[in-house]
Amino acid sequence: MTEKLISIEAIAKRYPAPGGGETAVFENLWLGIERGEFVCMIGHSGCGKTTVLNILAGLDAPSEGVVIVDNVAIEGPALDRAVIFQSHALLPWRTVLGNVAYAVGAKHKDWSKAKIKEHAEKFIELVGLKGAEYKKPSELSGGMKQRVGIARALSLEPKMLLMDEPFSALDALTRGTLQDEVRRICLSTGQTVFMITHDVDEAIYLADKIVLMTNGPEAQIAEIVENPLPKERDRNQIHKHADYYAIRNHLIDFLVSRSRTFKDEIRGKPWDPKNVPLVRPVAAPPSAPEPLRKRA
Amino acid sequence: MTLSARAGIVSILILVLFLGAWHLATSGSSSVQQMDPEYAKLMGITATQGKSAMPGPLQVGATLWKHLTNPFYDNGPNDKGLGIQLAYSIGRVAIGYLLAVLVAIPLGFLIGMSQLMSRALDPFIQVLKPISPLAWMPLALYTIKDSNYSAIFVIFICSVWPMLINTAFGVATVRKEWLNVARTLEVGPLKRAFTVILPAAAPTILTGMRISIGIAWLVIVAAEMLVGGTGIGYFVWNEWNNLSITNVINAILVIGIVGMVLDQLLARAAKLVTYPE
Ligand SMILES: Nc1ncnc2c1ncn2[C@@H]1O[C@H](COP(=O)(O)OP(=O)(O)OP(=O)(O)O)[C@@H](O)[C@H]1O
Ligand SMILES: [Mg+2]
Repeated sequence: MTEKLISIEAIAKRYPAPGGGETAVFENLWLGIERGEFVCMIGHSGCGKTTVLNILAGLDAPSEGVVIVDNVAIEGPALDRAVIFQSHALLPWRTVLGNVAYAVGAKHKDWSKAKIKEHAEKFIELVGLKGAEYKKPSELSGGMKQRVGIARALSLEPKMLLMDEPFSALDALTRGTLQDEVRRICLSTGQTVFMITHDVDEAIYLADKIVLMTNGPEAQIAEIVENPLPKERDRNQIHKHADYYAIRNHLIDFLVSRSRTFKDEIRGKPWDPKNVPLVRPVAAPPSAPEPLRKRA
Repeated sequence: MTLSARAGIVSILILVLFLGAWHLATSGSSSVQQMDPEYAKLMGITATQGKSAMPGPLQVGATLWKHLTNPFYDNGPNDKGLGIQLAYSIGRVAIGYLLAVLVAIPLGFLIGMSQLMSRALDPFIQVLKPISPLAWMPLALYTIKDSNYSAIFVIFICSVWPMLINTAFGVATVRKEWLNVARTLEVGPLKRAFTVILPAAAPTILTGMRISIGIAWLVIVAAEMLVGGTGIGYFVWNEWNNLSITNVINAILVIGIVGMVLDQLLARAAKLVTYPE
């Protein structure tokens, strides 16, 4: 058995429905994330991706079920799970350095001011913001703000990095650069990452595994796609890889039709939400993606 | 020419026009009517010399100069310098206002952070807020038995509401994502209050404080007219009883200027804590 850093076990999230009763965003959701894995989740808007991430972060509590991190059930937010917010969520009255140092100081309460500053500066440099330490967030571009958010999360050296569409508000060029940097940093430190994205290409470039979520309400994890591309990837060469179109088409096919019709797809067949299929789409033959194995 | 330079010129023009009109209106020279000298004596200079009893700008200016050059003289209870009277008023406002800050900001935090307290205290605030501060005066005089403290109490009660309501609002509307940042960093409640909520709500709190200082300065004049003794409000009332309209106008001018200065001080403070997003 592989070592699971995170184990989402049978979580459900329900909200009171407008006409009385309850609607479930999802029910009985299971997902495991291994140490050092980069996992992306894709699915249509409103299916509950942010809800899953917030539960992982501890910012939201599931209606049912538990999340286990390193063999301990979580009870709320903690410093071992750092969040990179979609809206960067920088404190606007603090400088770049102030924002990162706030996080460092929160984790290392016994550190001296100088040590905190030194540690924060290291991570500001890592995301390429050297020279902007004393700027306020309002003086930064969208991409720079998101870099500060990344530096703040990385400076915590967390067990787990949680990202909710971190690059969706950025222009294509900035997004590409930041993807490269996040990939470089996470790969070099063996960072475990859970990231939500709408962008299929982003998922293919970054992820080791891609979790496919069906449309809500009562969304479910349809399958987990293993990325057939080698770990060493070059964003400009990636599309030349033999398996690139296999995985890309598989993901797009899911988003376009299967996410909607998935309930019919499995109707009448045995379905175990605890062990959803793990597939590895590769170039034809065979043309259709085949189940690699059923997770036992 | 810049806009502010042009605006300045227009302002000066308006001032000159106003002073000119005032001067003309008060130095009227309607023909002196023939009348019984005894009657004329009774009527005073208004009737006898065709002059208005309303002082002109020159007269007011001259007294103002006297006040400005000697603001702190003290010739007994009914004749004190304008500076002394202002100091009394500002002192009362400062004490009442600071007491209100000490009560309103912590209480506003509580209300802003707790749905329960917010709902529980809401009816009291709704009823107490619209009460004219002067309506408290008799009750204050009866219970405190000291006119000075009563005036301070009235200032306290009128400044407390805008600060309380703004603080509660500012605290309740702190962006959720900032609170989430604090939560994911496991920042304790007290540290969170000081490092996230207070800076985030500070502009709104300062807005409330600015409204409060304005109201307090409005109310002190009325309160001092009621309780008497000292202060700029009492000065106005006393000079009215002396029929010295010149001094009344002087006091009005000074009240306006002090009010403006207080407002500007709070505006500066608000600017210091405002953050661009
Ligand atoms: N407070 C709430 N009350 C009721 N329903 C809610 C509440 N918060 C979220 N939901 C519902 O939960 C569902 C999942 O929301 P969530 O934000 O997780 O979606 P998402 O997959 O992240 O979507 P997007 O891609 O647009 O960010 C949505 O259908 C939403 O309407
Ligand atoms: Mg979302």
